[in-house]
Amino acid sequence: MHSSIVYALSLGEPYGFQFFRNGTLVALIAGGLCGLLGVFVVLRGMSYIGHGLSHAVFGGAAASAVMNFNYFIGAGIWGVVSGVLIGRIARRRIIGADAAIGVVTTASFALGLALLNRYGQAKRSIEAVLFGSVLGVKNSDIIAVLVVAVLATVVIVLGYRKFLFSTFDPEVAEVSGVKVSLMEAALMVMLSLTILVTMRVIGTLLISALLVIPAATARMLTNRFSRMLWISPLIGAASAFLGMNVAYHTNTSASAMIILVGASAFTCVYFGSGVRGRRRMASFGHL
Amino acid sequence: MKVAEKDVLVHCHHVTCAYGDVAVVNDVNFTLHRGEFAGIVGPSGSGKTTLLKAVLGSIKPVHGSIDMLKGLRLGYVPQVESVDWNFPVTVLEVIVMTRGEKKWWPRITAAERAAAEDVLEQLGLGGLSGRHIRELSGGQQQRVFVARALFHSPDILVLDEPTSGVDVRTRHEVLHLLADLHDAGMSVLLTTHDLNGLAAHLPRLICLNKEIVADGSPREVLVPDVLEKLYGAPMHVLEHGGMPVVLDHSENPMVGRFGGKAV
Repeated sequence: MHSSIVYALSLGEPYGFQFFRNGTLVALIAGGLCGLLGVFVVLRGMSYIGHGLSHAVFGGAAASAVMNFNYFIGAGIWGVVSGVLIGRIARRRIIGADAAIGVVTTASFALGLALLNRYGQAKRSIEAVLFGSVLGVKNSDIIAVLVVAVLATVVIVLGYRKFLFSTFDPEVAEVSGVKVSLMEAALMVMLSLTILVTMRVIGTLLISALLVIPAATARMLTNRFSRMLWISPLIGAASAFLGMNVAYHTNTSASAMIILVGASAFTCVYFGSGVRGRRRMASFGHL
Repeated sequence: MKVAEKDVLVHCHHVTCAYGDVAVVNDVNFTLHRGEFAGIVGPSGSGKTTLLKAVLGSIKPVHGSIDMLKGLRLGYVPQVESVDWNFPVTVLEVIVMTRGEKKWWPRITAAERAAAEDVLEQLGLGGLSGRHIRELSGGQQQRVFVARALFHSPDILVLDEPTSGVDVRTRHEVLHLLADLHDAGMSVLLTTHDLNGLAAHLPRLICLNKEIVADGSPREVLVPDVLEKLYGAPMHVLEHGGMPVVLDHSENPMVGRFGGKAV
């Protein structure tokens, strides 16, 4: 009894530290934000774009660091240029969009790495961008993530039906008066902003996982788009919160733990819903 | 009989559509009036879908013009094969998608729900609004998309290959449904390559092979001359139950290939 009370008290121990409180807060918001946008990423089959974009932005982040340029502006411009390049290459049709993403983003990533190797002062910054530094969060990071999270939520709530329509059935949406290209552009901008503000928190290599795992898990839990939009951010935020705490107590990488918690949730739901799914299928004997 | 101007829903005037330098639809003229039921027929690659998309406004003609009745509302039903059946939406969510939002909170209102239930009931889908779209039969799935098109009270229903990729029973269901809607006053324009299963039952056929080869009733256009122009191969036309039935006339090189005997 006594030991369990001590253990319970020790769970609250990290919250005595400002860096942990800040880190947990920003990871929580970032997890929710990635979970929200991840719904569109997963349903539109854009997982690879999220993955590629986060790598491409790394090139811009590295270049900004080397040139002592503002990170958000440098990485932002770089992300936009990469997006345009991918579009131009893919439009030539001989090369598919997936190959175009592969070429542009890996080249951008490699360029960033080379720049940091050659001119970078601190090796720490490479690791920070690759793996994130959730425990070295500044106030500006919290504000940036919060602003993007609020913006994305407002935009998605206001344009809910148009986003749903253009994701499910772009052709008919266009005919019905929805500006599909505008909706797609809005999603890409929100995705880029999300990557930009979360990169320093959870790291380039792990953003793509937070954009995919919570949404994929939510998809297995519900057949409704509207429910996915709150279940997925909830899983993202819960993974971030639990991951942070587990990382503290096991003295492991926070970003790795966040993703491992998310992946564990995915695995549990996968096997859990698999049984339910089979039962559901069995009830449709005529199919 | 002179048709009043207000009854002209769509008027294609020397319409040419092209992808790059290649013309896919060439100098097409036709007029569709209120209450008509017309099918655009032709072989694969004949420009049916391109012409339909031009009417829908998603492709701009390189020459000519398409005039629409002012404020014309189109209800478009895409091919079922293009639908992602795994997408997490219920029947109700699909139906209300077409209605624009004028409020900030996206929840489906009681009035919308009631209106959607009405359309579903009308199409024999009552009680299915909460189902996931994958849990429906082929005929029900097709009807859900017709219901979505009808939900915003269109002047004309436009369908792209409504019987493509569906089984025989579903094809019958679709045909009956469209006939019922037409009887109730709905104008319909569709594309199909299914001559016997669908086209032969329609009141008007526009035969397209890049340009219009013929335009008229099945009896007028489903004749060997027109069909040869349309498909570039000789065709037989029989009559069965008062309707034309088109048969491929060419020597069948597959006869007897699998050990069977030629009949």
